[in-house]
Amino acid sequence: MKKSKLFVALLLVCTLVFSACGSKEDKGNNSNQGNGQENTGNNGSSGNGSSNKGSGEVYVYNWGEYIDREVIDMFEEETGIKVIYNEFELNEDMYPIIKTGAVNYDVVCPSDYMIEKMIQEDLLAEINYDNIPNIANIDETYLKTAENFDPGNKFSVPYCWGTVGILYNKTMVDGPIDSWSALFDEKYKNEILMIDSVRDAFMVALTYLGYDQNTTNEEELNAARDLLKEQYPLVQAYVVDQVRDKMIGEEAALGVIYSGEAIYTQRENENLEYVVPKEGSNVWIDGWVIPKNSQNKENAEAWINFMCRPDIALKNFEYITYSTPNKAARDLIEDEDIKNSQVAFPEPSVLERCKSFKYLGEEMENLYVNKWNEVKY
Amino acid sequence: MVKKISQKVYVGLVMIFLYAPILVLIVLSFNKSKSRSKWGGFTLDWYKSLFQNEEIMSALYTTLIIAFLSALIATVIGTAASIGINHMRKVPKTILMGITNIPMLNADIVTGISLMLLFVAVNFTLGFKSVLIAHITFNIPYVILSVMPKLKQTNKNTYEAALDLGASPISAFFKVVLPDILPGVFSGFLLAFTMSLDDFIITHFTRGAAVNTLSTKIYAETRKGIKPEMYALSTLLFLSVLILLILINRRNDSIEKKRNSVALAPSK
Amino acid sequence: MSNQEESKVTTAEATVTLVKKSHRFSGKSLLSFPYILWMGAFIIIPLIMVVYYGLTSKTSNGFTLENLKLIADPINQRALFLSLKLSLISTLVCLLLAYPLALILKSMKLKSNSFVVLVMILPMWMNFLLRTIAWQNILENNGIINTVLKALNLPTINIINTPTAIVLGMVYNFLPFMILPIYNTLAKVDDNVINAARDLGANSFTTFRKIIFPLSIPGVISGITMVFVPSLTTFVISNILGGSKIVLIGNVIEQQFQKVGNWHAGSGLSLVLMVFILISMAILAKYDKETEGTNVW
Repeated sequence: MKKSKLFVALLLVCTLVFSACGSKEDKGNNSNQGNGQENTGNNGSSGNGSSNKGSGEVYVYNWGEYIDREVIDMFEEETGIKVIYNEFELNEDMYPIIKTGAVNYDVVCPSDYMIEKMIQEDLLAEINYDNIPNIANIDETYLKTAENFDPGNKFSVPYCWGTVGILYNKTMVDGPIDSWSALFDEKYKNEILMIDSVRDAFMVALTYLGYDQNTTNEEELNAARDLLKEQYPLVQAYVVDQVRDKMIGEEAALGVIYSGEAIYTQRENENLEYVVPKEGSNVWIDGWVIPKNSQNKENAEAWINFMCRPDIALKNFEYITYSTPNKAARDLIEDEDIKNSQVAFPEPSVLERCKSFKYLGEEMENLYVNKWNEVKY
Repeated sequence: MVKKISQKVYVGLVMIFLYAPILVLIVLSFNKSKSRSKWGGFTLDWYKSLFQNEEIMSALYTTLIIAFLSALIATVIGTAASIGINHMRKVPKTILMGITNIPMLNADIVTGISLMLLFVAVNFTLGFKSVLIAHITFNIPYVILSVMPKLKQTNKNTYEAALDLGASPISAFFKVVLPDILPGVFSGFLLAFTMSLDDFIITHFTRGAAVNTLSTKIYAETRKGIKPEMYALSTLLFLSVLILLILINRRNDSIEKKRNSVALAPSK
Repeated sequence: MSNQEESKVTTAEATVTLVKKSHRFSGKSLLSFPYILWMGAFIIIPLIMVVYYGLTSKTSNGFTLENLKLIADPINQRALFLSLKLSLISTLVCLLLAYPLALILKSMKLKSNSFVVLVMILPMWMNFLLRTIAWQNILENNGIINTVLKALNLPTINIINTPTAIVLGMVYNFLPFMILPIYNTLAKVDDNVINAARDLGANSFTTFRKIIFPLSIPGVISGITMVFVPSLTTFVISNILGGSKIVLIGNVIEQQFQKVGNWHAGSGLSLVLMVFILISMAILAKYDKETEGTNVW
């Protein structure tokens, strides 16, 4: 009897909480949100194609925290297209989703070598530039760089770019750091945050050893693997995006980070300094692509066009602090410090020592993954 | 005496262990700094911006809708199933109860993966419905395991008697059987609701793109750092449940005391 | 009761009642029909899919054992053994923490069981991912514990991103699932039985050994399963508290599905994992004769 009462009580709680939230939802300025969510489910499950067509949706798959959310609202308002927005952390997380077609995304934002791979595997649809007049805002330099992985710029439109480097805490290291060697230095044991991404991690080791970051030579790879294995006991944690919080909180002295994150962390903790090591590093471009199995290709192109608008690109840049290839947007930046920031827009000399990733073929890629597993497990 | 004190200390320590992280999260919800690892002063901003954050509100809405619907449907199917199973012969009964135990004892990761494989194989787009189905699936066993014991305690003869006295099976069920098993049904519903609310792994594999529950939203955020609004929301949820429970418990206590003096043997 | 009566009546009567009964009850058995369909579609068939995927591969046609053999790979083997080790440790720690607690709670003679249930269930209303992340804040190098230790001029601890942190996370997350069943079975033990044992001259240890513990075994068993299985298969706790430095079998499987995209390999490893779960269930079921139907697996 007592029990039953408890449960009635608990039930009451549930319903109360539930109805309270329901009413909040109604009071909210956009009360359709929840219903929209439901409808999406209905549309999604009632068949694999036809129902999505022309229903004014666009499925976007982007890196985590890689857009100013207000931009999504602005896009929805201006175009009337509903955005279903999802995030991934690594190219390698995104790839199987697109490949297996588990979800039919309309527009995705992979990195250079992944775009090359997807082109080779015939996963991408050609972009119709008639729908993207704003492409004119993109700096020629980056379109040219993009031709390295996407000849003729047929499949991708650059969105952000940056370098990979070391973020360190001035108060926790001895003197300025300018070399990858710091990451392999015994004295920073347990103070190192290593990047948890196959290609980037190997890039660090290969570059430090003086090898090419796109090497297909197994000897060189083995040497890099052994180096990373030696590094394992020194590493505090393998992270990708978490490096941000940990560096701000002074959990570690130094970590491998993408240049775009560096500006944000410097804002939060002024002891932090970013450097592209002297041995060289990786420069990357992330671009918008449209998968072949997209159901809303025109909406996807509208999305890409919107992202290339100077005011939108600027808004995104200010929020995510990753360098923009949009020259019109860069001109709009008011803060001179940022406009000329060496982190966001490094001098040519820095870029000269950086290279970008190439897709190395499935076999080579598996070899990288296997070697990486041998490091960690 | 020493024994009593050390016992209390022990219970206290376990409680601290269980509730320390919750305290941390509540403190974080008032932290001005966006970073988890830096205290930037006291603020109530996150409680304000929480309600403007459509993404979190819609994740909350989805979470509650899925928890409620899956618990409700699971309760209906599960209660009916319990009655059916209870009237089966031994062999099919054992087999069915065995199957019932699979999702409870199997690893969540396998349940999630197996459902994902099924949905993808039959071309059922992952989304709200697939998550709902998955939640109903792992919720039904909780309902059955809550209802079954009550059903075993009920006296079959009362139902027969009702039938013999001319009640239709349906009204006999609602008037005679249901009241007896109601506590079990309720506890099943609540257990299911809570399990659905707290599930991450199965949702992670079956959600596809369009749906985010609070769990999957938080998991995505763990990488970039949790948005402080999330701490605020959790604090609100937790505290409202806590306060309501205390209130209701108190009221029940007073009612119970009156009852106890009449009907039940004093339990103290 | 009714069964005993039936056995007494003559065979003719028995047949009649049986016919009557089966007629009357076939309707009721039908009530479980939606459930049977549901479970068939969403439990049995999906499991068959896992078996199918686990025994086939992308490249070759027909059945293959190559995915199952993946477990022999030294990397996967290490992950599996580490998972087994950590989950056994956490199960043991949970048991050692929970049993005394359940005994104390019983001895406190609380007004209602519901209070204990409440206290244990309540934390679940705060998402478990958030609660696990909160442990990061507590355990980190500059975390709460270390800040306190530093203030007291004590040596700091360094357990974040180590197996210890993962065990702690497992114990924290699954402890309620050990406490509740044990407490439930203990609460049902009649005080008169214990008093009788005492009156008959048993000391407290003997009473515990001969009376209380044997009666609580079903609770212990179900507690062990409810802690061991999720610990063995977790990938979230090791991600959050292990700093991706420590790879458990759950991480390997999750990676196969979400990162590598090799569903066959992932399914194969899941099958191996299921075998381990089944083995542990079978061992436990041997000790668990009491509970009917609830712990078949």
